[in-house]
Amino acid sequence: MTANAFFQLALYLGVLILLAMPLSRWLTRVMAGDIPRVLRPVQWLEHGLYRLAGVEPKQEQHWLAYALGLLLFNVLGFLALYALQRAQGVLPLNPEAFGAVSSDSALNTAISFVTNTNWQGYGGESTMSYLTQMLGLAVQNFVSAATGLAVAVALIRGFARKSVRTIGNFWVDLTRGTLYILLPLSLLLALALVSQGVIQNFKPYQSARLLEAQSYSQPKLDAAGQAMKDAQGHAVLESVSTQTQTLPMGPVASQEAIKLLGTNGGGFFNANSAHPYENPTPLSNFLQMLAIFLIPAALVLSFGQQVGDRRQGWTILAAMTLLFVLAYGVLVAAEQAGNPRWATLGLDQLVNLEGKEARFGIVASSLFATITTAASCGAVNAMHASFTPLGGMIPTLLMQLGEVVFGGVGAGLYGMLVFALLAVFIAGLMVGRTPEYLGKKIESFEMKMTALVILVTPLLVLLGTALAVSLASGRAGIFNPGAHGFSEVLYALSSAANNNGSAFAGLSANTPFYNFLLGAAMWLGRFAVIVPVLAMAGALAAKPRLPVNAGTLPTHGPLFVGLLVGAVLLVGLLNYIPALALGPIVEHLQLWQVAH
Amino acid sequence: MSQSQSLLDPALVKPALWAAVTKLAPQVQWRNPVMLVVYVGAWFTSALWVQACLGQGDAPAGLIAAISLWLWFTVLFANFAEALAEGRSKAQAASLRSTKKNVLARKLKTPDPDASPEITDSASLRKGDLLLILAGDVVPADGEVLVGVASVDESAITGESAPVIREAGGDFSAITGGTRVLSDWVVARVTANPGEAFLDRMIAMVEGAKRQKTPNEIALTILLVALTIVFLVVTITLLPFSQFSVAAAGSGQPVSLTVLVALLVCLIPTTIGGLLSAIGVAGMSRMLGANVIATSGRAVEAAGDVDVLLLDKTGTITLGNRQAVQFIPAAGVSEEALADAAQFASLADETPEGRSIVVLAKQRFNLRERQLEQHQVSFIPFTAQTRMSGVDVDGREIRKGAVDAIRQYVLAAGQDFPASVAKQADEVARRGATPLLVAENQRVLGVIELKDIVKGGIKERFAELRAMGIKTVMITGDNPLTAAAIAAEAGVDDFLAEATPEAKLALIRQTQAEGKLVAMTGDGTNDAPALAQADVAVAMNTGTQAAKEAGNMVDLDSNPTKLIEIVEIGKQMLMTRGALTTFSVSNDVAKYFAIIPAAFASTYPQLNALNVMGLTSPASAILSAVIFNALIIVVLIPLALRGVRYQAQSAAQLLRSNLLIYGLGGLLVPFVGIKLIDVLLTVLGLV
Repeated sequence: MTANAFFQLALYLGVLILLAMPLSRWLTRVMAGDIPRVLRPVQWLEHGLYRLAGVEPKQEQHWLAYALGLLLFNVLGFLALYALQRAQGVLPLNPEAFGAVSSDSALNTAISFVTNTNWQGYGGESTMSYLTQMLGLAVQNFVSAATGLAVAVALIRGFARKSVRTIGNFWVDLTRGTLYILLPLSLLLALALVSQGVIQNFKPYQSARLLEAQSYSQPKLDAAGQAMKDAQGHAVLESVSTQTQTLPMGPVASQEAIKLLGTNGGGFFNANSAHPYENPTPLSNFLQMLAIFLIPAALVLSFGQQVGDRRQGWTILAAMTLLFVLAYGVLVAAEQAGNPRWATLGLDQLVNLEGKEARFGIVASSLFATITTAASCGAVNAMHASFTPLGGMIPTLLMQLGEVVFGGVGAGLYGMLVFALLAVFIAGLMVGRTPEYLGKKIESFEMKMTALVILVTPLLVLLGTALAVSLASGRAGIFNPGAHGFSEVLYALSSAANNNGSAFAGLSANTPFYNFLLGAAMWLGRFAVIVPVLAMAGALAAKPRLPVNAGTLPTHGPLFVGLLVGAVLLVGLLNYIPALALGPIVEHLQLWQVAH
Repeated sequence: MSQSQSLLDPALVKPALWAAVTKLAPQVQWRNPVMLVVYVGAWFTSALWVQACLGQGDAPAGLIAAISLWLWFTVLFANFAEALAEGRSKAQAASLRSTKKNVLARKLKTPDPDASPEITDSASLRKGDLLLILAGDVVPADGEVLVGVASVDESAITGESAPVIREAGGDFSAITGGTRVLSDWVVARVTANPGEAFLDRMIAMVEGAKRQKTPNEIALTILLVALTIVFLVVTITLLPFSQFSVAAAGSGQPVSLTVLVALLVCLIPTTIGGLLSAIGVAGMSRMLGANVIATSGRAVEAAGDVDVLLLDKTGTITLGNRQAVQFIPAAGVSEEALADAAQFASLADETPEGRSIVVLAKQRFNLRERQLEQHQVSFIPFTAQTRMSGVDVDGREIRKGAVDAIRQYVLAAGQDFPASVAKQADEVARRGATPLLVAENQRVLGVIELKDIVKGGIKERFAELRAMGIKTVMITGDNPLTAAAIAAEAGVDDFLAEATPEAKLALIRQTQAEGKLVAMTGDGTNDAPALAQADVAVAMNTGTQAAKEAGNMVDLDSNPTKLIEIVEIGKQMLMTRGALTTFSVSNDVAKYFAIIPAAFASTYPQLNALNVMGLTSPASAILSAVIFNALIIVVLIPLALRGVRYQAQSAAQLLRSNLLIYGLGGLLVPFVGIKLIDVLLTVLGLV
């Protein structure tokens, strides 16, 4: 790791922790219903919403009611978003007069934004009206993050409470998370981004005349919009020349803030955070990276506060940070080592700048890529498919670990807590006691739910990838032959099933096949995990909290950090090593074998 | 039934070998999901081998045959481990059952010992029947003594040769079938139908222990099944992945089904899956080896979780009885005079306390037992009214008794009760000892200090328990002052003084309300409610039927200190499961390094860079991994049966050392093992 790479990491982590500490206390208070004075004036809105919806905020729910409410809310959100995309042609705020989004793409996008994945099979500036972006996508950016937050808080209550049947009220958790955490933070971040040059307007797209004609080549599409291929299976390219450039406009800053804070990642534009109107300066880039980890990090510390033992929060945070630093180290080293084959072309600089924005460079692009895939954000400021094979494997692996390295808002914490239960279960046996975590005995019901959570995503990723590489309609979307093509499909499924949403590029995914396959992966990857987690929260809340003594396995301190990191890595690697071996690992070996 | 029984006793190994084969029946395999996958894999590769012999194999027939053979061995080894554990358990049960014979019974119509009994067979007895049992008879059934008192030899059950007294009423009224009446007679009412007697149920439990999974075993099985499903998907999806890669690279062959099955079996947790039930059965066996019969595996498991031990003071923490340790004379009295009077007063006192006074006087002043015939002696026995005992000899009126009793006796005679003696007595009490006063002719001579003797080594034992996170509470009928002093001396964490059965029950409930698990021992009927409430309740075999029914374990040795051993056995069982699970899962890393390059080298030769062990060929790599996977089960059978060594340490220390041994060890051992097998296969020219 170069000094620059180390410095940027240290600065990033330092500022992150400094901000996360006060925010964690804010979170703890707000989710317990103790609203800070600054926001008291907004409380009429909270109470008004409850009255409007007929919610009795003091009435707590059994986990089943909590889960049903959550599912109902998300199904309705999906339907609304689907309808809005299909109807956008006849609705206002559509200066470019975009028509209805195709049904399979609308379905995929609706699922994608409801599940906090924000996988984008479409290009924003050429598909979505301003109304769809603001009323549809941005709204889901808020409530899908608030949904994740609610689930995490419900699980925390499961640990913190003893011998009760309820885990909170979903509607209250959802409302408070949105009103008192996501909205204020988004407002602040949006203003900061505007100061850096992020645009915020409702203007129609602008046209600019270029100083000289530009010619470029692009894949030739057939009538069905599919990339045409020659006999060798390579994409057929056509050459285009132009003298004007269209500059897309829109209310970007307001959507950009929640895209990052809510670990959503769905860009206003196709180029996402690599686009100068979304992410213009190194400072805006730094703020965006901070925004991604901010709530997940604060939530982990808040977890420690809520269960009455801050060390528990710090321990989880330390495990996440360790995994994050490891991943970043490998990624940045791989990118700085670059491509050995360029030496044969006579280049003296081997560092890999392909697919990266010059204004961010290798280090900031590597850091961003690690952060966005460690958290289930999925915003990108560089093209991950253009990374070196190992550099591209790290984002893939981070997603495959289950998005527990900070992870999505709420989702990262509850995912990591499930791994903690798994680690405690096996290690707890080794100290000769029925395993317990935070004073809760881990018995067969918890193990069943843990097993479900840990099973769901690998099954989706592996079976989905197998389906895609076996069927002609799946293979049709692969641009690159060989191991890299396999990596593209594996990345797409890993991204969807783990609700990350970033794309590797190189896979033409806006086809009915991928829209349906990835849509199913996203939906199940989200809710087939949330329901067992809530069931576990209910079961834990009903248990007594056992006192800690010298015979109890300590779940704080370096030993447990090591154990947790080991559990996450072992499960992730055992699941994915064979697949990774046939993708990035063999690609890396091929690349370097030739060079030697 | 001793623990030292050799693990590989040929008498046990031979039937276990045969049982390993008979357990290949599908309905047996069905019960263990992890091994079922191996079993199906073995059948599947056998079929592939047949196909290959017909000339259509996807791999060389020799390789398929070798892999298939070792998969069958894997199943057999797991079967053998289970059969061996069951065999040991059955042998123990059989030795218990040998005490159970059909014997003659004298049945009565009324509980009248003089009525003429009807001679019948013990098998025909029913609950409620009345029995006359005479000296020399084997007790035909479990029962409760209604009339009479007899000495009974219970060595058949307890191994303890000293006879015990069984009499009507009170805590010693239970008699157990299979024991022998040595002297006198009793009339007893049968309390259990044949086949339901205490011993029958115990034997049935020991034999049936393997049939019921404990809660923790179920939870662990869920995890193992989940891992198995994951690896099933990992290997199944490798086929299309491989086909795609072959098409993309334009070289090599898709991975063969045989290799996929081999990879699957290597990855799923067969080590722990194959040994899991053996560990459970061995846990029950170890309990039995310690002469404790647990009513269920659940109880053994709970023993590992215990947070609080309630221990009766007498017999557990202190030797059975108080002993005289010191004579403290009153002012103006010589110590020898006090000792002389005390010895005289105690000559007829057959209680252990009384005898200890005689002995102490003899040791201190060489006061021999006297020739009582020379004296005019009349012994005054202890009565509830006077609360004193003593002797009238040659005009001397010697009395000993509790402080209050002597005070009243002295004051009633119009004498002074010296304040200095009262102070001395108080000091003795404060030390946790019991003061006994001696008076001669209504004059107080001084104090005898009777002390509870704390058992040797018990303090260290409690310190170990504390390190394990287990709190000890001493239960005693003594007053709080005495109790506190003994508690401090013995090093227990807490005590319950002036304990009544109600107070004991309340203490258990309160401790449980704090979320703690409580273990206790008991023998009396009045212990039964507390035993029923406790999480781990060990009844003494000498105890009443009610106590045994209420407990979930019975200690055949009736040794209250056994509780500590029971906790260790419980912990050992859980640790063994955890250790082998960790080991099993960690093993997978090395197996990947062996099999992945081997499986895909024909498509991507570059993957040979991952062949860090330098295995000879793809075939030898895969075969070595499969053989290692099978042999490791056999290697670990002794560990599964004996259990992981347990040391009294804090959880953090235990975790650190076990993670190092079984986690890191599990990571590294297979690299060495697979390499060695590969070298051996290569040297022998088998691949």
